[in-house]
Amino acid sequence: MELAEEELGEHHLDEKEVVDVVVRFAGDSGDGMQLTGSNFTQATALYGNDLSTFPDFPAEIRAPIGATFGVSAFQIYFGAEDVTTAGDELDVLVAMNPAALVTNIHNLVEGGLVIVDSGAFTAKNLAKAKYASNPLEDGSLARYRVLDIDISKQVLSAVEPFGLGHKAALRCKNMWTLGLVMWLFDRDRAPTVESLKAKFASKPEIAEANIAALNAGHAYGDTAELPVGIHVYKVPKAKVAPGTYRNITGTTALAWGLIAGSELADIDMLFASYPITPASNLLHELANRKQFRVNTFQAEDEIAAVCAAMGASFAGSLGVTSSAGPGIALKAEGMALGAASELPLVIVNTQRGGPSTGLPTKTEQSDLNMALYGRHGDTPIPVIASSTPADCFDVAIEAVRIAIKYMTPVMLLSDGYLANAAEPWKIPDSEKFEPFPVQHYADPAGFKPSIRNQDTLARVWAKPGTPGMEHRIGGIERSFDTGDISYDPANHQKMTDLRHDKVKGIANDIPEQEVCLGSGSGKLVVVGWGSTFGAIHQAVKRARREGLDVSHVHVRYLSPLPRNLGDLLRGFDQVLVPEMNTGQFVRLLRSEYLIPADGLNKVAGQPFKIGEILAAIHQKISNQGVDTDQLGASREVAS
Amino acid sequence: MNQAIPALTLKDFASDQEVRWCPGCGDYAILKTIQKLMPDLNRPRENQVFVSGIGCSSRFPYYMNTFGFHTIHGRAPAVATGVKLANEELDVWVITGDGDGFSIGGNHMLHVLRRNVDLQILLFNNEIYGLTKGQYSPTSQPGTRSPSSPEGSIDAPLSPCEVALGAGGTFIARSIDTEAKHLSAVVKASHAHKGTGFVEILQNCPIYNDGVFEQVKDKKLAQDFRVEAVHGEPLLFGKEKEKAISLNRDTLALEVIESANNADRILVHDETNRVLAQLLAAMSGPDFPVAVGVLYSKAKSTFTADTEAHLQQVRRSSGNLKDLLHSGHTWQVK
Repeated sequence: MELAEEELGEHHLDEKEVVDVVVRFAGDSGDGMQLTGSNFTQATALYGNDLSTFPDFPAEIRAPIGATFGVSAFQIYFGAEDVTTAGDELDVLVAMNPAALVTNIHNLVEGGLVIVDSGAFTAKNLAKAKYASNPLEDGSLARYRVLDIDISKQVLSAVEPFGLGHKAALRCKNMWTLGLVMWLFDRDRAPTVESLKAKFASKPEIAEANIAALNAGHAYGDTAELPVGIHVYKVPKAKVAPGTYRNITGTTALAWGLIAGSELADIDMLFASYPITPASNLLHELANRKQFRVNTFQAEDEIAAVCAAMGASFAGSLGVTSSAGPGIALKAEGMALGAASELPLVIVNTQRGGPSTGLPTKTEQSDLNMALYGRHGDTPIPVIASSTPADCFDVAIEAVRIAIKYMTPVMLLSDGYLANAAEPWKIPDSEKFEPFPVQHYADPAGFKPSIRNQDTLARVWAKPGTPGMEHRIGGIERSFDTGDISYDPANHQKMTDLRHDKVKGIANDIPEQEVCLGSGSGKLVVVGWGSTFGAIHQAVKRARREGLDVSHVHVRYLSPLPRNLGDLLRGFDQVLVPEMNTGQFVRLLRSEYLIPADGLNKVAGQPFKIGEILAAIHQKISNQGVDTDQLGASREVAS
Repeated sequence: MNQAIPALTLKDFASDQEVRWCPGCGDYAILKTIQKLMPDLNRPRENQVFVSGIGCSSRFPYYMNTFGFHTIHGRAPAVATGVKLANEELDVWVITGDGDGFSIGGNHMLHVLRRNVDLQILLFNNEIYGLTKGQYSPTSQPGTRSPSSPEGSIDAPLSPCEVALGAGGTFIARSIDTEAKHLSAVVKASHAHKGTGFVEILQNCPIYNDGVFEQVKDKKLAQDFRVEAVHGEPLLFGKEKEKAISLNRDTLALEVIESANNADRILVHDETNRVLAQLLAAMSGPDFPVAVGVLYSKAKSTFTADTEAHLQQVRRSSGNLKDLLHSGHTWQVK
């Protein structure tokens, strides 16, 4: 259905106490906005709000100063209730220069607060942002509350005692701004002070200057005469389950999940990868974790990475490879060898905007078809997807478990949003994880590489170095009985069926699909997979608050699908499937279950807004009645 | 490995699979030589792993009663690197051909060589694509008539040994399919070498490129068209060893001279001399003999051993999952 957006009636800094707030720090790539954002996040977590963050940075590594395409931003949504997205519209925008203002102001809610560094609004910078006149002077910001401060000047005087050069002194601007925003929301500066001391341990004068800037920004809020309506806002603490928490990005959670998987499987892991945005951070994280049973190999290309991973699996370790769409395409032949030779392998796809190079730093869910079908031959492999940054941890363990238990490649779908977004995570008790130790086959009596587990249909895993286990495998079709090369027609039928049945059988080994919000039947179910979880969850929650009969189902297992999914969805009058693609999952649901599911599709490089999904829910529910329902069902998925 | 290794014979290394190369194929001779060599290496059979890509030569692992992985076209070096990274104890062999190793898999060949992964690469070079029925390969001589080059190929060929040296290979050798004794010795030396042992084997394809190495292989002709490089020995050839290889110091090029009365000008092979190895690898007919033997061998730390050392260093204190999950900034909610 058509993508529309709904204004969400919220408190927009009109009261001294607000339920939730969206703040976006935006500046030049060199302005340190990511550092500012992460420090604010830490302080907010400590304060006790629930939160979700999303860094949004340009593809260019060092864009020219002041350029609109060089704007780097960090968005945080925090509040007193459960927060599952980085937020729709902004309540507060921090714009360090005209380029940051012009690229972000349209996301600021009417009446929202914009904090600008007027010192950066020079004729040169205004021209780079293509402003004909200075927006701070021409009245074009009249709809917003504007706090324009010559931050550069403030910072220079604040850090003067530390004797830094002009350029180095100006680098403290972000901390000054952070100090002001911390004042605005009553955040504690102590953890930021500690992290600055640690970060600049070898340059104490830089640390002290940054701390002075932070304190000066905070003091400015306290003492300066600010425009009416700008004051300290209280955001009540969220009610969250007791426990120990940390912030975690999808990438870190995925890396740690892989580590946990190898520990639970009691097996060494080789993570073989080739750098590609936005997947590289997974390689970086694991390269720092070799004290665990993981080794990393930066291969010469994507194909070598999947092949080296498979070599490791053949040798008895678990091979894992990782990439984004274009790289996954290159790995397709290797994955098919993994399926043919029946070796465990985990392939992580951190999806990004496509086709081709597409939008490397932006998010999308458009590789689902490739994950499900993108190999030559009849080559089914299990596909699972993580739905939130923290969920990446559990899904990674699950991918390892399935790969080993069923001797098959497993595709794990993440995306650019999940990879970089962060959320508080209640740290699980690692001692309560259920181990699934690998037992390599070692009995020489009657050994054949084709011996199978009758339940899972998995082939035995016999590793080199084990006496009596010598055997050959490969990509040529093998005899079901002996494992030797076979061109026999009936055998190929049998092996093709076997590969299919093996993956299909995994459905008996995964949980039945649950409804994550709402009831097991009703008027409308919103079905999602992957990173749309947060936006769908909030939209369904709000719709239910309005009294609408709508539920949320979020699918982790995309192949095979949970056994009960078809029956579950048939219990609803209407099925709506929001996806960041042109309708790949909705087509799967339609073809698999012959149900009139309708798609809601967005490919803008940005996650769904809550308001976009809520608008679609409203349209669905208000359009009820037999005739329109039928119409809706027959409409093309992609409009 | 303190366990005694049971005495094995050629038969212990032959699998039960029927060998399916064309009658007269040079691959038969190579297979026999390797199967015969295996017991001499004095390594447990279960530690031998043969990895291949796609092509006639890549069927080789099916015929060895060892571990074998017949993978995808050109990617055997990458798979083999993964095998060796997973278990350094294994003896890993890559079996490849001129198309598999230097056309579709050229990239992996460069990188396995520059990393100096501790494994052996046996490149069966028949200067033609056999399995796809006779198209020219990246080592085919210009003018090779084939189904895809009916008027003769236009491409300039590459020289595998030269490329291997250029990629930073630390052990470069050349031998001949039917010269069992020579081939066996060269492969044995490559196995003893720590690092990537690269062996180009000139191999006859009787169906699509028959006789392409005739001058080098034929007992009589070879005397004039083949020179054996032996470390520390003068580079002599000819029926009566009447010819020798010499370096023209003005042009920095090799030349063929008469060996008589020229003792001071005759080059003595030094397998540690990379420049000499490059010159010898490049020699080809009709003006020069083809050099066989160990052209280059230089000790250098290997990727696999360095990786292992690095891991041991990092793992002096092993990781604790609970500590990892709680590392960095955490907070309590009561």
